Amino acid sequence: MKKNHIIDLKSITKEYDGQTVLDNISFYVRKNEFVTLLGPSGCGKTTTLRIIGGFEQPTEGKVIFEGEDITNLPPYKRQINTVFQKYALFPHMNVYDNIAFGLNIKKLPKDEIKKRVKEMLKLVNLAGFEDRSIQSLSGGQQQRVAIARALVNEPKVLLLDEPLGALDLKLRKEMQTELKNMQKRVGITFIYVTHDQEEALTMSDTIVVMDKGVIQQIGTPVDIYNEPKNAFVAKFIGESNIIDGIMREDFVVEFAGKVFDCIDKGFDKNEEIEVVVRPEDIIITEPEKGQLQGRITSVTFKGVHYEMLCNDGQFVWKIHSTIMKPVGAEVGLCVAPENIHVMKKAMKR
Amino acid sequence: MKMKIFSYPYMLWLAIFIVVPLILVLLYAVTVTEGGSITFTIENLRRFLDPNYIDVLWISIKLALETTVITLILGYPIGMIIAKEKPSRRNTMILLFVIPMWMNFLLRTYAWLTLLGKNGIINYFITLLGFEPMNLLYNDGAVLLGMVYNFLPFMVLPIYSVLAKIDYSLIEAAEDLGANKYQIFTKVTLPLSVPGIITGITMVFMPAVSTFVISRLLGGGQYMLIGNLIEQQFLWVGDWHFGSAISIIMMIFILIAMAITSKFDTQKEGSSGLW
Ligand SMILES: Nc1ncnc2c1ncn2[C@@H]1O[C@H](COP(=O)(O)OP(=O)(O)O)[C@@H](O)[C@H]1O
Ligand SMILES: [Mg+2]
Repeated sequence: MKKNHIIDLKSITKEYDGQTVLDNISFYVRKNEFVTLLGPSGCGKTTTLRIIGGFEQPTEGKVIFEGEDITNLPPYKRQINTVFQKYALFPHMNVYDNIAFGLNIKKLPKDEIKKRVKEMLKLVNLAGFEDRSIQSLSGGQQQRVAIARALVNEPKVLLLDEPLGALDLKLRKEMQTELKNMQKRVGITFIYVTHDQEEALTMSDTIVVMDKGVIQQIGTPVDIYNEPKNAFVAKFIGESNIIDGIMREDFVVEFAGKVFDCIDKGFDKNEEIEVVVRPEDIIITEPEKGQLQGRITSVTFKGVHYEMLCNDGQFVWKIHSTIMKPVGAEVGLCVAPENIHVMKKAMKR
Repeated sequence: MKMKIFSYPYMLWLAIFIVVPLILVLLYAVTVTEGGSITFTIENLRRFLDPNYIDVLWISIKLALETTVITLILGYPIGMIIAKEKPSRRNTMILLFVIPMWMNFLLRTYAWLTLLGKNGIINYFITLLGFEPMNLLYNDGAVLLGMVYNFLPFMVLPIYSVLAKIDYSLIEAAEDLGANKYQIFTKVTLPLSVPGIITGITMVFMPAVSTFVISRLLGGGQYMLIGNLIEQQFLWVGDWHFGSAISIIMMIFILIAMAITSKFDTQKEGSSGLW
């Protein structure tokens, strides 16, 4: 095993009543890394996290923690803490006692506990909230208490299951930044679960994209955005145009009835492939200067940019641009070679 | 405010069947009738200070306390076991507890007579094994057994329903923070189930103090609890004034007991209790 791996999932499979929920999941997490499990609801993110936390046993496969097999270790013996999806704060305790819970269990000296709880409260911006009851806190404040309650134990890994899911948009954005800063400051490995691709892209060092219990792609946010491995990832991460094409040779691809230069290689000659082009990578030009020609069929203002649909006769391209062309305008479309992403064709089912 | 009008029938019902009788009992307790004229007096209450009566009160309270403690010790684990079951099996188990309650209280207690009697089933097996038949009925143990048997469901149900409602993620959170099974119980499960315990204690202690049927059937005619004493004054002696005085005294003791229990209920939604 590699030195800096803190967690290794080895071929994890999980079945509930004969139904496969996780299918041969393998990935590793490096020390101090911020890893996000990203995928649509029901794809098995929570189950994966619960297996790492010890709340579920995998049907097959192993969980390795710092080189040791912990698959059968109960949660209370793992150096891992969890921020639960609905916080799961103890309603019969005040903020102080909630945060001190883990330290009290470890029977630390009282003044040490007090010191660490105070530090934590400061870290999550809740200084002075010691005696407040859980019921009197807002969602965002409860969220912070849940994070403090986990972090105060100085776990080696913190698991977070959609921790910002219940917050409104503005607060969610703030907390994203705060969480990321907190993670850098305390230097703890975070394994974070979300179905929000934007959240994953802004916060993570590494993203594990999942669908239907299968890992679709593992990579940095930039990799995953720019080089989606298949149509699922391309569609799930941001908006995209996905069109069938043929790889004529290395660095040459044909789609929409035209031949384009690209930066992809290693495909069979004349292999049928799919091409991904992000809407913001399409440049609108004069009709005669474009690689493709088409007519604008719809325009929507999206706040910062316009979203336009352009029909080239075979395919409707989605385009994001700050320059607006009116409906009916004849335009040319250009895509730079590095913005053409060639993917293996997904298995037809 | 609009809803107020709908509560009038309920208020009326309360007034007729609870408040008026209470006032009557209170009136009877502090009066005597002599040759057709009514006079106020505290003689009825004073009469109760007789050591014989105080003894009866003490035995009643002791028995009720014993019943409460035993039903709690038995009922808590039962409630816990049921709450841990899968929802489909829970209902069956709860039904098993509730069905005997649908049967008449007297019938249930009579059933024990046939079990414990001289020629009862238990003694039948004892003689079968070659021992002398034992005197199982008409003693403290038999009364306590009957009380525990009759009141156990009232302890189990509220404890079960509170335990079943505890969010399982709280248990997982405690485990996540390093608590073992025992620590999870003492620090999370038990404190969160206090409201159920309080309700259970209330529902067992109150009827247990005032019962007179169980003690008469299983304890025999000479077994005297405060409930029997009241019954005797009303039905046999015909001294409604003294009977009412005893009732008032018993009510005061129940109120004191409830006040003490509710002090332990530190939950925030505390208004669920009597206070
Ligand atoms: N305890 C369980 N019993 C049966 N099926 C379950 C259980 N937990 C999760 N599942 C199923 O496993 C799948 C993945 O669930 P989950 O891991 O919660 O997905 P996610 O967190 O990605 O939304 C879902 O189809 C869900 O219905
Ligand atoms: Mg989930």
